Amino acid sequence: MTATAVRKRSALTKGQLPKSAPYIVLAVALVVGAAILALIGFNAFGWGLVSAILFAVGLVSWSGAVEGARKAKDRLATCLVVGAFLIALLPLISVIWTVLVNGIPGLITPNFLGTSMNGVTGAFDNKAAEDGAPVLGGIYHALLGTIQITLLATVISVPVGLLTSIYLVEYGNDRPLARAITFFVDVMTGIPSIVAGLFAAAFFFAIVGPGTKTGAVAAVALSVLMIPVVVRSSEEMLKIVPNELREASYALGVRKWRTITKVVIPTAISGIASGVTLAIARVIGETAPILVTAGFATTINNNVFGGWMASLPTFIYTQILNPTSPSNPGPSDQRAWGAALVLIILVMLLNLGARLIARIFAPKTGR
Amino acid sequence: MSKRIDVKDLNVYYGNFLAVEDVNINIEAKSVTAFIGPSGCGKSTFLRTLNRMHEVLPGARVEGEVLLDGDNLYGPGVDPVTVRTQVGMVFQRPNPFPTMSIRDNVLAGVKLNNKKISKGAADALVEKSLVGANLWNEVKDRLDKPGSGLSGGQQQRLCIARAIAVEPQVILMDEPCSALDPISTLAVEDLINELKDQYTVVIVTHNMQQAARVSDKTAFFNIAGTGKPGKLIEFADTTSIFNNPAQKATEDYVSGRFG
Repeated sequence: MTATAVRKRSALTKGQLPKSAPYIVLAVALVVGAAILALIGFNAFGWGLVSAILFAVGLVSWSGAVEGARKAKDRLATCLVVGAFLIALLPLISVIWTVLVNGIPGLITPNFLGTSMNGVTGAFDNKAAEDGAPVLGGIYHALLGTIQITLLATVISVPVGLLTSIYLVEYGNDRPLARAITFFVDVMTGIPSIVAGLFAAAFFFAIVGPGTKTGAVAAVALSVLMIPVVVRSSEEMLKIVPNELREASYALGVRKWRTITKVVIPTAISGIASGVTLAIARVIGETAPILVTAGFATTINNNVFGGWMASLPTFIYTQILNPTSPSNPGPSDQRAWGAALVLIILVMLLNLGARLIARIFAPKTGR
Repeated sequence: MSKRIDVKDLNVYYGNFLAVEDVNINIEAKSVTAFIGPSGCGKSTFLRTLNRMHEVLPGARVEGEVLLDGDNLYGPGVDPVTVRTQVGMVFQRPNPFPTMSIRDNVLAGVKLNNKKISKGAADALVEKSLVGANLWNEVKDRLDKPGSGLSGGQQQRLCIARAIAVEPQVILMDEPCSALDPISTLAVEDLINELKDQYTVVIVTHNMQQAARVSDKTAFFNIAGTGKPGKLIEFADTTSIFNNPAQKATEDYVSGRFG
């Protein structure tokens, strides 16, 4: 007997499918699926569905025959998990794809971001649709409105929400007031956005005068939606700050409010900041509350406290529902999709911003 | 720069539950006193009452007197914040502030209270405190790095440096070595020996060898059973607690024949 072992298939890996087994089954499933679909009329969705079922059945039964019941169950679970993941991903990718395809022509139209709809009438749209003239008009006024309204809503919501969560975590101690606040915050989370809009509108009708529709009213409506989200996320972030840090600070003779402002909040700031950003992302696309509070405008309005104001969601809504030229809705559709793409890009930038903020503020590690 | 502590008839409650009953103890200035006893007997609870840290826990309250050089910590109008600047504390788990550098951790007691301090004075205080905590040589080249990047033992010594930077009269330590390896434990024990030249040190420990090594006097706490209050059984010189205890319970505990 020599000491060198002969290269052979290891006894330890006996009874296993080759690594390439899933790909082989996938290829077979795709071919067989295409063949079946060809018999009953081909379409992509059916092909995917049939292939997926064939793949799962094929791989699991092959595995069951070679590898045994436990491995087969494992493969089945993998198939289900991956399948669920793909199903969850499908609408997301579909949405992004649709908005990209329909929105890019609008977005690359010259001056789309730089002009308002002021003076753009159905005659221009008819000309654009019939003679191929450039599509006029843009979303500058709506973009401006969205940014102003959301900014004002953030300025209102963040102090209120953050201070509320500080009360709940640091001072609440499960007192009746704290429990009541938690309960009402939970209730507020579930308020339909149109109700928040009606509340803000009614509130300003009562204290300023009937028919008061400005960007500020919309900001108040959005705050009603935003505050519970900010409270909830900040509360969670403050709760996970270890008590040891508070005790360490108290033991140094630091007062409670200084401990909160200098130790607790800096430790939790990255989570709070990303929570706030996500809350902004949540309300930036609200349509109904803005329609009833800020009305709608086709012109640029720089004053958030006076006059009707456009925003991206209401711009999309009106362009689709009441095209500028009723006989040729094409240019309006194009503008609406362009605005939708801008809105998605805004939300995406906010999310990226949240990650960036989280990374910048995160407690430093390393030596 | 150290004060003695005299405790008279102290009862500690959590809500209505009597956690520690009727403690009388006199802790000398510039000495190391160890509290030993089984888990749950109220050593840590009692230790916290010496700088009113128990008030952080909901429902905790005390009856009786704790005198710091004759001044009652629980007298009317006494601000717990003032008490804690005089009586510092080091905790079981090292807890440096994760958002701060090593230097800022040492200066935390000054900076968090918004006291103005010149850069030169701050540098001197950082060096003095870190030297005092036996950590200076290990971290002097990386003072601006985060404190959480240090090893567990270094972090604990950083916490001690942070505690002595506010120049307290007394330092309380709640099982400071229980999360540390033997080498770091040795470093902290050496440090405790040096600290007693300047400070009054009170340490809670589960490690009886440690109590024997570092302390001048030892207090043995015990509990009669669950739901019963913890009591101070015996308080004497460390040598007599370990070699010649007066109480049977103490002898059983230190010789390992407990329970």
